[in-house]
Amino acid sequence: MLLIKGARLVDPLHHVDKKADMLVDRGKIVEIKNSINVRGADVLVATNLIVCPGFIDIHTHLREPGEEFKETIESGCEAAACGGFTAIACMPNTIPPNDNPSTTRFIMERARMANGVRVMPIGAITIGQKGEQLCEYFSMKREGIIAISEDGRSVMNSGILRRAMEYAATHDLLVISHCEDHNLSGKGVMNEGIYSTRYGLRPIPTQAEDIIVYRDVALSALAGCRLHIAHVSAADSLFHIRRAKKRGLRVTAETAPHYLYLSDDMLATYDTNLKVNPPLRSRADVQALRKAIKDGTIDCIASDHAPHSSAEKDVEFDIAKPGISGIETSVGLVLNLVNEGVISLKRAIYLLSAGPAKVLNIPPNSLSVGSDANITIVDLKKEWTVDPSKFHSKGRNTPFAGYKLRGKAVATLVAGRILYSEL
Amino acid sequence: MTIPKVIKKGEFPHKDLVSMEQLSEKEIYMILDTASRFKKISLRNIKKVPALKGKTVINLFFEPSTRTRTSFEIAAKRLSADIVNITSTASAVVKGETLLDTAQTLMAMKPDFMIIRHSYSGSALYLSRIVSASVLNAGDGLHEHPTQALLDLYTMKEYKGQLEGLKVAIVGDIAHSRVARSNIIGLNKVKAEVMLVGPKTLIPSSIEKMNVKVSYDLKEAICWADVVMMLRIQLERLTEGLFPTIREYSMLYGLNRDMLKFLKKDAIIMHPGPINRNVEISPEVVGDKRCVILNQVENGIAVRMAVLFLLRGAEKVSIEQ
Repeated sequence: MLLIKGARLVDPLHHVDKKADMLVDRGKIVEIKNSINVRGADVLVATNLIVCPGFIDIHTHLREPGEEFKETIESGCEAAACGGFTAIACMPNTIPPNDNPSTTRFIMERARMANGVRVMPIGAITIGQKGEQLCEYFSMKREGIIAISEDGRSVMNSGILRRAMEYAATHDLLVISHCEDHNLSGKGVMNEGIYSTRYGLRPIPTQAEDIIVYRDVALSALAGCRLHIAHVSAADSLFHIRRAKKRGLRVTAETAPHYLYLSDDMLATYDTNLKVNPPLRSRADVQALRKAIKDGTIDCIASDHAPHSSAEKDVEFDIAKPGISGIETSVGLVLNLVNEGVISLKRAIYLLSAGPAKVLNIPPNSLSVGSDANITIVDLKKEWTVDPSKFHSKGRNTPFAGYKLRGKAVATLVAGRILYSEL
Repeated sequence: MTIPKVIKKGEFPHKDLVSMEQLSEKEIYMILDTASRFKKISLRNIKKVPALKGKTVINLFFEPSTRTRTSFEIAAKRLSADIVNITSTASAVVKGETLLDTAQTLMAMKPDFMIIRHSYSGSALYLSRIVSASVLNAGDGLHEHPTQALLDLYTMKEYKGQLEGLKVAIVGDIAHSRVARSNIIGLNKVKAEVMLVGPKTLIPSSIEKMNVKVSYDLKEAICWADVVMMLRIQLERLTEGLFPTIREYSMLYGLNRDMLKFLKKDAIIMHPGPINRNVEISPEVVGDKRCVILNQVENGIAVRMAVLFLLRGAEKVSIEQ
């Protein structure tokens, strides 16, 4: 038995916001009362802390199989727990990609051997992510995939994507779109504008993203599938997402913390940690996204955790691999927005828990008696400095090194088991 | 401004020259004035001064280059430095040793200068951060080529007297030109006016924010300009679909005899080379007395001597010591 004492419980989905004690037993929340005293229970003193429904990161890269030097399912799960996440979804662009049921099964088996963070694999849309032949969605779903995505690429052939969406709808699978018109992005490495011109880096216009957002929304309406837009980076994409939602389409969207903080002007240093795909956009885009997480256009925030080794980052900008090792900074960056007054605490918790659950159509974690004790405890006032050398992920690639943030996940519980605690 | 015989430490407080962006107007003029003193050395019988005696220079070229590499080599030799050439291709580096490893290996050999040309933007800045040697950017990707801009400014000043208010038209593939970028930045700093000319496909996004005019009409620019700088058209741009044919490009943006009629009598024609005859420039134009392409090449040596001298050699020695 575990007794969490003196915390503030906040569960936006169930309109809970109160100070209470919580008793956890055999993996479940068994009692919530003003004051609980149980002899023999382990006690977690959580005065001035906030107990939240467990956070879910629906966009991560665990690199296994194939690139275990960057991350393994085990190290990724460890990092997830330290970052405050009780469940994560992992993208299929491993080597080989998760484009068949046995790779899905392998990932599920490895995940069972890890720390207990729930791993939800995402399958590829096409074999080898080549955009040609559909994968066996039914068989892969039976092994554990919860969505399909070609993350890192768009399926450029609209005819094939339409069939993929229809086949996904047949099996009630969510389609997650990485939106990039590869003919437009070409060899580009940064956002198009005055800064790409000044720094002499090949440009990617925002249109490379929003054209595909529009196309995929249109195709999802035709195919009748659920669609989720991954890592929205540009203000123009938000226009299409708002319109889709207004039409009542089953379209959701995420953004990543870096798009809420960083912009293309920062690339003057050619710091490869700032290289991401889609690229960092203008300051106006950052402001538009900050508004969109508040007004509901964006349903959740995902880290797009993309660990790399230094060999892929300590090179010239053009050939550096894109991505940020973000799973251990994501929650801190979101909570920091609460302290900056950008979003409310409730909204932040929603974007990290109920929001992603809704996107994936899985039961949300909840702070009610009888629920599984999947819990993230945060300290909204804790000041800390991002130090990649202390990451549990193998990836130390972050542009946030040295950032002073306010707000941090301090404990993570899955099924009542403490996977991480600073308390 | 007059340059004292001995350049004191702190007057040119740079370890490296990676961009025109990093230089102040005053520093640009300091380089040009120093270069004018070095130019005379190249006209002597004995073309050598001991300014950089005992210093080691590495020419590190990851892209093919004849003129720039040779120009740097001669400049270093006329300053009595020891220079070695390393040529490679960026693709070989992608496959094998990283730039970081190459740089650290070379640094163990204790060079004083590393001159780098590389096909990726930002690589000179990156190198300057990982080595203690002075890094000179001889062209990084689409970004900058500062010594080219400095020799261009030197040539303009030589022929036109002053740079302030000078009307400079840069014609051609601005989007892929580090020469254009460095010139735009340099010309802005010395308060010259710049007009960029080319089809929209070769004009990069938002460049008007760099304080330049943009025109799609060569004739307009030719009538306006005191200096016309033609840029080389890389034939690979054709396969990227940036213009339909060489023929039509040349028709619209090639500098030919007909167009020369509109050029001011005292204007000058420049080109960073190598030239594509009958693509961006016709043979009659190359032969025109207003064409100063070879003078640019000559001035390149003086300017590069000046930069080498100001960066490191100047700390202890004077030009004639």
